[in-house]
Amino acid sequence: MSTPDPQANVDPLDEAALDAAVAVALDEIKAAPDLDALKAVRTAHTGDRSALALANRAIGALPGPDKAAAGKLVGPRRGAIAQALTARQAELEAERDERVLVEESVDVTLPVRRSPLGARHPIELIQDRIADFFVGLGWEIADGPEVEAEWFNFDALNFGPDHPARQMQDTFYVAGTTTAGAPEAEGERPASGTNLVLRTHTSPVQARSLLERGVPLYVACPGKVFRTDALDATHTPVFHQVEGLAVDKGLTMANLVGTLDAFAQAMFGPEAKTRLRPSFFPFTEPSAEMDLWFPQKKGGAGWIEWGGCGMVNPNVLRAAGIDPGVYSGFAFGMGIERTLMLRHSIADMHDIVEGDVRFSTQFGTEI
Amino acid sequence: MPLIVKDWLADHVELPAGLTAERLAADLVKVGLEEEAIHGAAVTGPLVVGRVIEQHPEPQKNGKTINWCQVDVGALNVDGVPVAEGGTPRGIVCGAHNFGPGDLVVVALPGAVLPGPFPIASRKTYGHVSDGMICSQRELGLGEDHAGIIVLPRLGYAEADLTPGQDAIALLGLGEEVLEINVTPDRGYAFSYRGVAREYAHSTGAKFTDRGVLTGAEPAATPDGFEVVVNDAAPIHGVTGCDRFVTRIVRGVDPSAPTPAWLKHRLEGSGMRSITLAVDITNYVMLDLGQPLHAYDLAKVAAPIVVRRAASGERLVTLDDVDRALDPEDLLITDSPSGPGSRVLGMAGVMGGESSEVSGTTTDVLVEAAHFDPITVARTARRHKLPSEAAKRFERGVDPVLPAVAAQRVVDLLVELGGGTADPAVSDLDTTVAPAPVALRVTEPERLSGVVYTPEQVRSTLEEIGATVTDGPEDTFLVTPPSWRPDLTGPADLVEEVVRIQGYDQVPSVLPAAPGGRGLTAEQRTRRSVTRALAEAGFVETLSYPFVSAAEYDALGLPADDPRRVSLRLANPLADDKPLLRTNLLVTLLDTVRRNVSRGLTDLAVFEIGLVTRPQPGAPVAPSLPGGVRPTEDELAALEAGVPAQPRRVAGVLTGRREPAGWWGDGRVADWADAVAAARLVAEKVGVEVIVTADTEHLPWHPGRCARLELADGTLVGHAGELHPKVVERLGLPARSVAFEVDLSALVAGSSGEPVVAAAVSAFPAAKEDLAFVVDESVPASVVEAAIVAGAGELLEDVSLFDVFTGPQLGEGKKSLAYALRLRAADRTLGADEVRAVREGVVAAAAAGAGAVLRA
Repeated sequence: MSTPDPQANVDPLDEAALDAAVAVALDEIKAAPDLDALKAVRTAHTGDRSALALANRAIGALPGPDKAAAGKLVGPRRGAIAQALTARQAELEAERDERVLVEESVDVTLPVRRSPLGARHPIELIQDRIADFFVGLGWEIADGPEVEAEWFNFDALNFGPDHPARQMQDTFYVAGTTTAGAPEAEGERPASGTNLVLRTHTSPVQARSLLERGVPLYVACPGKVFRTDALDATHTPVFHQVEGLAVDKGLTMANLVGTLDAFAQAMFGPEAKTRLRPSFFPFTEPSAEMDLWFPQKKGGAGWIEWGGCGMVNPNVLRAAGIDPGVYSGFAFGMGIERTLMLRHSIADMHDIVEGDVRFSTQFGTEI
Repeated sequence: MPLIVKDWLADHVELPAGLTAERLAADLVKVGLEEEAIHGAAVTGPLVVGRVIEQHPEPQKNGKTINWCQVDVGALNVDGVPVAEGGTPRGIVCGAHNFGPGDLVVVALPGAVLPGPFPIASRKTYGHVSDGMICSQRELGLGEDHAGIIVLPRLGYAEADLTPGQDAIALLGLGEEVLEINVTPDRGYAFSYRGVAREYAHSTGAKFTDRGVLTGAEPAATPDGFEVVVNDAAPIHGVTGCDRFVTRIVRGVDPSAPTPAWLKHRLEGSGMRSITLAVDITNYVMLDLGQPLHAYDLAKVAAPIVVRRAASGERLVTLDDVDRALDPEDLLITDSPSGPGSRVLGMAGVMGGESSEVSGTTTDVLVEAAHFDPITVARTARRHKLPSEAAKRFERGVDPVLPAVAAQRVVDLLVELGGGTADPAVSDLDTTVAPAPVALRVTEPERLSGVVYTPEQVRSTLEEIGATVTDGPEDTFLVTPPSWRPDLTGPADLVEEVVRIQGYDQVPSVLPAAPGGRGLTAEQRTRRSVTRALAEAGFVETLSYPFVSAAEYDALGLPADDPRRVSLRLANPLADDKPLLRTNLLVTLLDTVRRNVSRGLTDLAVFEIGLVTRPQPGAPVAPSLPGGVRPTEDELAALEAGVPAQPRRVAGVLTGRREPAGWWGDGRVADWADAVAAARLVAEKVGVEVIVTADTEHLPWHPGRCARLELADGTLVGHAGELHPKVVERLGLPARSVAFEVDLSALVAGSSGEPVVAAAVSAFPAAKEDLAFVVDESVPASVVEAAIVAGAGELLEDVSLFDVFTGPQLGEGKKSLAYALRLRAADRTLGADEVRAVREGVVAAAAAGAGAVLRA
């Protein structure tokens, strides 16, 4: 450095020398390239052996009147240096911090999922969604057994033992109780001696609800049902339905239509609407097939079959001890697989039933 | 289900010109006859009547002789001018020789498509340009006859009605798309053209003529009528098996008389084969009116005909050539060659036998038109697996007025087409009862539909369907349903008719206001919470069928007496090797796992929630009870007792990595603890405390790595851990696969359902103490922890095991368990002496409860 030696003694009354020392200090502070350099500068200009420290120390040896004058000269100049140091320190720290953060940068596009993402099966999710819709209407959700007494599955619903409709559905009948792998016949009941079936629809839950809960009754029953259809692209022997049942004073087919329209809109959006066609079910009279207006239908918007419905048959009410002259009700049911397939453009039933995790994973936990 | 030939339907109801099958389907579905299918047209394009003008035989080198013909096809001649007006006929090569100049034939012109499909075009052949094809019956799909081409007058078409160029598609009925409809079980009458026509009229207002009502031409029974006896010793539900039996006799029928083309065409168009004239006529009238009929060879039937139930051991060879053992419930038509009812002729309303059937030599025909009990017929048809055309109609209900009308039609046709003579002898055994009137409140249709109908609308609609309506007391109608509607028995049935005929589209849309429910039940909420928690924990939900085989339990290693082998067996399983219903979820979930693994998805965490069936051997049988009446409380209890327990379970399986490998490292392979954690998570979501102990003998789990979960009262609620290596090997699963299965129903039953009583949160500082204990390796951590909790008392806020350690410095068979304790008081800062006292209490309790020694 060509500047005066900072450690040279400076006369505390020599204003010019003091200024020179300050100037040197300020220049060096300003020039310090990093915090280490600044630390050296700090020592050089504020340390015990720095010019201004020595000058300060020299004040003590001065005669009285000069002491005050020297103090006034030295003090502010030391202050200026300290201030410059602080400022430069802050500046350099900020620079360093910024540099460190830049140096710490990472590739934020790296894959980051370190724990697997689960999912629910869409058939279950959509049942929850359906339940939410009906709960929102003030209805309740009812469950029932899948292995069901024939009385609940058929007789209570006005399917007499010889009713041709009892042949309409392909029913799994329960033969009896057996020990898997044990020789047959022992402890075996005669075939069809159990009066049990795998429920062919969720309607037995209607009968149970009427008996257990009484009227007025507004229930929806989503659940698993069984028919002896082989698995193909559109059929499965194990599938799901949701059944709705409302019994109260003054309920009409208009209320049925209103409920179906609201449900269709909840499932398929505000454009959705339904249409009824006369049909036959033993447990409803009048009965109807229900079509859904489906804008996304292949080959152009149109009606597609969605389910069956009608006014509860008086015999069903009587089987639950309810007077059909006082109460009336409506019931409807639709396939949940079909609803799901329509809603999510699923082409093949195999995807729904096979349990491949790649199918469920597409849906996450909301539908 | 019925096929609808349009020109036949038009016999009963006026149809608009150009009615398409699609339009017809739309009209019928409005009133409830659903479209099953529309069968495509057999022939399209130009198919016309042609007159052969010239025919030149031309022998060929290959030995065949072809005919080079000039055929007049009227305005479709090449120059557009009929030969009669000086036009030029078309040149056509034909290989057949059964025709000659002047004959009227059927010509397919270029552009036509015959069944096959076989498109017709102009083509060069045998040195000529053949400008079309002269057709045989087989080429048009009309029959098997291909020996020669069709000469129309020989098929019964009058020459006077035929002109060259005339459309032959319409003439032969080939261009029609045919509608097939679905008839619901309550509408037996719609299994006929008569019934479908009526419904079409309801839908469109078209003019309908009922050809099924008595015309007055039907003769009454005569004393010399063929004797018939109904002797039903065992009516079902007290209903006699036969309440109407009409016989008619036609003599001198020409056994060789062919069935005319129009009749054949109608039968075949409706899906029935042509057999002989007499059989074709009975089938024709059945399709037309809905009355099943039978034609016997009079010479082969010995009076009297006896209608009776079968005796046990009796047999019958039915027309389908099957020798059948008869059931005492089967109703039979018998005759009396060696005593009354000694020979079985057929199963009433289901199928006849071979012996008495009309044959190629029959000249005198005995016609049967009867009315049988639907249930009797349905049971016999089902028992013998014979859903015949007759049975389909009888089991749905046939109009009991029809037998006389239908028998007359058969007689008329046999006379007209078979050259027979109607015999005056008629028998008509009739015990039918007229339908009872139903009282209908005038406002009932409105009450059930929400649509306002005037009394006049209600009355006229019911009259339109054929009912008789009179005024009853107190604003009611007395409605007598028509004879063809046995399904109309109550007010609701009549309401459906009113609403249906007036139009379901009249019903407005009104959302009803429910009184307000209680929301989801605790069990339903728990189910959601559990499945959601598992999904959030990385498990993927799957579903599986509940059908299993005994072999699957063998693969899991279940002992022969394992209660999980006690299963319900299906009488009619889809797959014979899987007749059992699952008693646990794991058995079918593992199948799902195998499928995923086989598809290369080896890092798996899957779960399933569902019901399993746990029958009790010797449990009572659910009673058979009638419908329409509320069962007594005892009967309801018996129904419940007959339905086996079906608890809801949750099961999960993990294979491969629980946490994936990546740039951060190798991830983590799933182990037994993941399964136990998932099972515990389920219990936590239910809000129930479970006690975990080791279970050393619960296959399919590893004997040393299986946790048993119980409620505080000892109720078993599930198992979790690593699967037994042998099971893993047998099932081909990735090594060290782990699984859990938990009984959600038991957990829910074990939860109090009471609201949580909240403890106040203390803001005073905590004191932390770490303690390491040395215990015997066999001592479960849960025992040590329980001792610590007991010893620490109420100041203990939290305890956690942070290290498990074994090593030589601890000594053989020892392990060290290190716990971090957090202590806190509700109302003060803990002093050093209090903390020390807790520590001493813990050490003492651990020593006493678990033989634990504080590690120095």
